[in-house]
Amino acid sequence: MAFWNRQNGPSSDNLRAAARAKKLAEQKLDEVAPRRSFLKGLVGGGAAVAATTTALASRDDSGKEASGFWDEFFQKHYKEMSPEEKQRVFERIAAQANERFGVQVQVHDPEPIPGVSFAFALDLNKCNGNRMCVTACMRENNQSQDPPIQYIKVLELDRGTFKLEEGNMYYEGEEVPRKDKVYLPVQCNQCDNPPCVKACPVEATWKEKDGIVVIDYDWCIGCRYCMAACPYEARHFNFTKPKLEGRDLNPQQGYLSNRVRPSGVVEKCHFCLHRTRRGHYPACLEACPTGARKFGDLNDPDSEISAVLRDKRVFVLKEELNTVPRFFYYFG
Amino acid sequence: MSGYLRYWGRMIGCAVRGSALYYSWMAGLLLVVLVGGLAYAQQLKEGFIVTNLSDQVSWGAYIANFTFLVGVAAAAVLLVVPTYLGKREDIKEVVILGELMAFSAIVMCLMFVTADLGHPERFIHMMPGFGRLNFPSSILAWDVIVLSGYLLLNLHIPGYLLYKEYKGEAPTKLYYRPFVYISMAWAVSIHTVTAFLYTGLGSRPYWNSAILAPRFLVSAFASGPAILILVFYAFNRWGGMKIKDSVFETLKRIISITLPINMFLFGCELFKELYTDTTHAASAEYLFFGIHGHGMVVPYMWASVLFTTTAMLVFVVPKWRAKSGLVRWASVLCIVGIWIEKGMGLVIPGFIPSPLGDLVEYTPSTVEILVSLGIWAFGTFLFSALAKVAVAIQKGEIRAQPA
Repeated sequence: MAFWNRQNGPSSDNLRAAARAKKLAEQKLDEVAPRRSFLKGLVGGGAAVAATTTALASRDDSGKEASGFWDEFFQKHYKEMSPEEKQRVFERIAAQANERFGVQVQVHDPEPIPGVSFAFALDLNKCNGNRMCVTACMRENNQSQDPPIQYIKVLELDRGTFKLEEGNMYYEGEEVPRKDKVYLPVQCNQCDNPPCVKACPVEATWKEKDGIVVIDYDWCIGCRYCMAACPYEARHFNFTKPKLEGRDLNPQQGYLSNRVRPSGVVEKCHFCLHRTRRGHYPACLEACPTGARKFGDLNDPDSEISAVLRDKRVFVLKEELNTVPRFFYYFG
Repeated sequence: MSGYLRYWGRMIGCAVRGSALYYSWMAGLLLVVLVGGLAYAQQLKEGFIVTNLSDQVSWGAYIANFTFLVGVAAAAVLLVVPTYLGKREDIKEVVILGELMAFSAIVMCLMFVTADLGHPERFIHMMPGFGRLNFPSSILAWDVIVLSGYLLLNLHIPGYLLYKEYKGEAPTKLYYRPFVYISMAWAVSIHTVTAFLYTGLGSRPYWNSAILAPRFLVSAFASGPAILILVFYAFNRWGGMKIKDSVFETLKRIISITLPINMFLFGCELFKELYTDTTHAASAEYLFFGIHGHGMVVPYMWASVLFTTTAMLVFVVPKWRAKSGLVRWASVLCIVGIWIEKGMGLVIPGFIPSPLGDLVEYTPSTVEILVSLGIWAFGTFLFSALAKVAVAIQKGEIRAQPA
């Protein structure tokens, strides 16, 4: 590994799709492990969930705490904060959201579950371009409604081509799928060799042990170099203070995921880590009416994602760029 | 200590006093700085919504100007090398002006980068101690380091030499010569690293080209001397200086070599893109012909080609190169042509089309234009003041002991 790639995740995660599928096939031959469901696989991570820090702000807690410019100015990098410092930061963020939206907000910070390695797969035969995933994602993740920020882009391609450059992401119409069209949803690929992480000048974005690439919104300086570096257009900038209504706010918020973002920072899909690290599916998967989306733990040979990688002919987008995505596609 | 304070007092005194022409020049610049500052305040308050940037075109006027100005700063090396390696006495008289211009250009670069940050107050996240500079992974981290280093070098070298001149003492070689030699290599490094900022991105095929760094350097070595020709002309005309014709001749000769090489390299790039005609050629096609009915930058790019070609002819043909009025016009065309080539011609089409084929065009918003003008005016203001003081010291008008 080149010396400048020092931020990559654990080497066992740095497997190509083919190698992963092969490894899984070998595991299948052994067939010794008892069947475990996606949720049961998370039991081992119970400790991590229990260790999750939660911040609850009461309504009359507003005022001083909520407008702490200097607190934010001197706030340390996520990885350098002590648990107590993190707790104070989560409380401040919850209080700020409470003051702004009048909603009781909880800021959690679920940590990666030891031994779990998340991946996504999408069945292009099932996806019909209905974009339910897009709206569910926006609602789940407290994205700005104006200007709108969407983590998932659905490309409409002509049948018989896979030229992303010719895709249309602004298709409209009465119903989907349209005749002779193929739909390709694209979101953050949570690459194992992430160009965005390499680009960031201040280490505001990094890869977690479970494979998810996260951003510390309080550390990002807003230079947008990561956006130029990303080949999947996964990264989005908050061009102004995100516009949200209190009634639309999801009060269950993760510090590294769906908490309300400040203006002038970059954000992106994080595999709904505030849900998935607690045993739930990502919001886009739950919203999908066609069942095109599969998510789970690569390290669990009995997970649905493992089955897809083993049994289907999967591929990734722009493989020639060697980003090593954790987001797979297949024609099921 | 009091002597040193007195030195500073006299320098500031020199900078704030001058002819009516000097006053109106500086006041005009300050006015533009003020307008730019107000526009920047609006951007700080409302966010980048006041710019025309988007998720698709995430860098624009600020980064384009930054890239161009790194080249201007690097071009100072074209005066430093003949002075210290070539022992050119005529150029030695103006080398300090070149270094001060490099200093001012780097200040503008840092201002442009700061203007481009969503959270400028978080610059401390790059500072040693508190911050976490992503070195050596991030090329932006490299850029921060090489630009700061070049800033210090170009502060120290002219600063030391001028102070010694003021004191009427001979400079100690050990205190500045090593830095001079370092600055020669460093000048090349700043523009190389700035090119690598783009080259290093596999996601943007238009930038992911090995000849980008050579192109950057060569175009900087054409636009830089063109700026110097105009600046030196202005000093001769209004600044009471007598910069020798031989200095102008050298600058012209440099441009007569670098400008054709720049066009050649650009041509190589275009051949590779357009002849091969893969999907990656879309940016180059967009730039020169427009694609799918979108072609906002097309007129700019053809203007750039026209400007640099005309300038090249003037600098290459001996009969035309001898006419100083024509050369000044050619210098203007050279500067504007390369400025477009690096901004509209490089930064913007790198984003168009986007990696997923989205076609979002970009031209700077009023706020972006005003902030950019403000930064240019500030840099010019800074350079004017520094140069006026430097000239006064070199002429012996400011001395510790009256000569």
